[in-house]
Amino acid sequence: MSAGLTHLLSVRDLDRETAIGILDIAEDMADVATRAVPKLPTLRGRTVANLFFEDSTRTRLSFEAAAKRLSADVITFSAKGSSVSKGESLKDTAQTIAAMGVDAVVIRHSASGAARVLADSNWIDAAVVNAGDGTHEHPTQGLLDVFTMRRRLHGAGSRGRDLDGVRVTIVGDILHSRVARSNVWLLRTLGAHVHLVAPRTLMPSGVDAWPVTTSSDLDAAIADAPDVLMMLRIQSERMHAAFFPHEREYTRQWGLSDARFARLGADTMVMHPGPMNRGLEISAMAADSDASVILDQVTSGVSIRMAVLYLVLSGGDE
Amino acid sequence: MLTRTVLQQADVTRALTRIAHEILESNRGGSDLVLLGIPTRGVLLAERIAATLEGLEPGSGTVGALDVTMYRDDLRGQPTRTPQPTKVPPGGIDGKTVVLVDDVLYSGRTIRAALDALNDLGRPRAVRLAVLVDRGHRELPIRADFVGKNLPSAVAERINVTLKEIDGEDAVTIVGRHSSEETR
Repeated sequence: MSAGLTHLLSVRDLDRETAIGILDIAEDMADVATRAVPKLPTLRGRTVANLFFEDSTRTRLSFEAAAKRLSADVITFSAKGSSVSKGESLKDTAQTIAAMGVDAVVIRHSASGAARVLADSNWIDAAVVNAGDGTHEHPTQGLLDVFTMRRRLHGAGSRGRDLDGVRVTIVGDILHSRVARSNVWLLRTLGAHVHLVAPRTLMPSGVDAWPVTTSSDLDAAIADAPDVLMMLRIQSERMHAAFFPHEREYTRQWGLSDARFARLGADTMVMHPGPMNRGLEISAMAADSDASVILDQVTSGVSIRMAVLYLVLSGGDE
Repeated sequence: MLTRTVLQQADVTRALTRIAHEILESNRGGSDLVLLGIPTRGVLLAERIAATLEGLEPGSGTVGALDVTMYRDDLRGQPTRTPQPTKVPPGGIDGKTVVLVDDVLYSGRTIRAALDALNDLGRPRAVRLAVLVDRGHRELPIRADFVGKNLPSAVAERINVTLKEIDGEDAVTIVGRHSSEETR
């Protein structure tokens, strides 16, 4: 019996045992997808509300698919075309949703810490799952990334394993990336080494305090033959200042081009959280290659989110 | 607190051997048999019965595991249960005779959940139930086809099944306890 989760707000709240527990349950959930009836009755009668104050397709669809595979009812709220565009606050939206009766809230918000504010408030009595808050964290993305790595490395023998000694290089817009933050802390919890590569302007100022090594030389990082190469998306919606002179220059220095891809080790896996800017941070050849696990990441996302929803919605009401 | 040993190692082995023979008898041979153990100890018992079946009729000892956690009716208001892997043998269960194997049959709710889980895996020709101990107190219309030992017990008592793979020795014990300590 492992402890359930009350909320999932940050991967930094997860110790090694809890993190591996989530990954192992996700293995069972992945098996369910291969069955004649890929559905479980576990969350029958529970309601999950997706509150998406910021655009998202894959994360929202992934949470929706996960909740439905567990037989929960799903209500979805998108800021676009909702009362938020009429000026409604997070508090009022939360209380409105609460009045409809929900058991879990999946929230994406452009403000860092929004999920924590909701969880600590008394506006709503529900489990809160952070689906991305500003430039802070995206815990289920971190979990699905390490799940994908573990499956590719250990295959059927993945259960119970950590990522001890695995070398992961994360490239791109670290500054704005909640995906990078969630990966850095979770990978460290599981024993992996993380190397960050970015232009100086896209490296956060506090990065010295992170458990990582850094550089701005992608070619040297590739020559080091990491086990995993994770390319991040250039987030044009968060680029309110000039962080690099021109997109072409970014691609030349920090993009995974065909030439760089050809120099990668045979066992290196290529990851990308999506959506991809093909030709900008990653070439089509790299994205569609056998080394790419980008579609596995999407499949893993549903399994991980099923595991998380199960853990926050089962267990004690004591 | 009073602990009484009801079955010892040799008794457990004899009971499982008898169950293996009874399964073959009622199935008229070992064809199209699939044993599915319910984690944790049911899986070990199923593997032992399968090994005996294999000795009696080679090819009859097909065995797997069926986790029922996600199908339980008591997930709320209890500590979170960790699901265990479900392992269906490569031939599947469609058209087979599935024998569910568990250590203790009590309320019947675990078996109810197992029947629901089976339903999502395929359509067996028939489903049978083998248990090491039947302690009574059923809450659902469910009965076992193969029973190692019928053990009338009080609700306040606790039946412990230990197996050497996990616990170091094979034994079935009854522990008298106060009903407030009852965990099921």
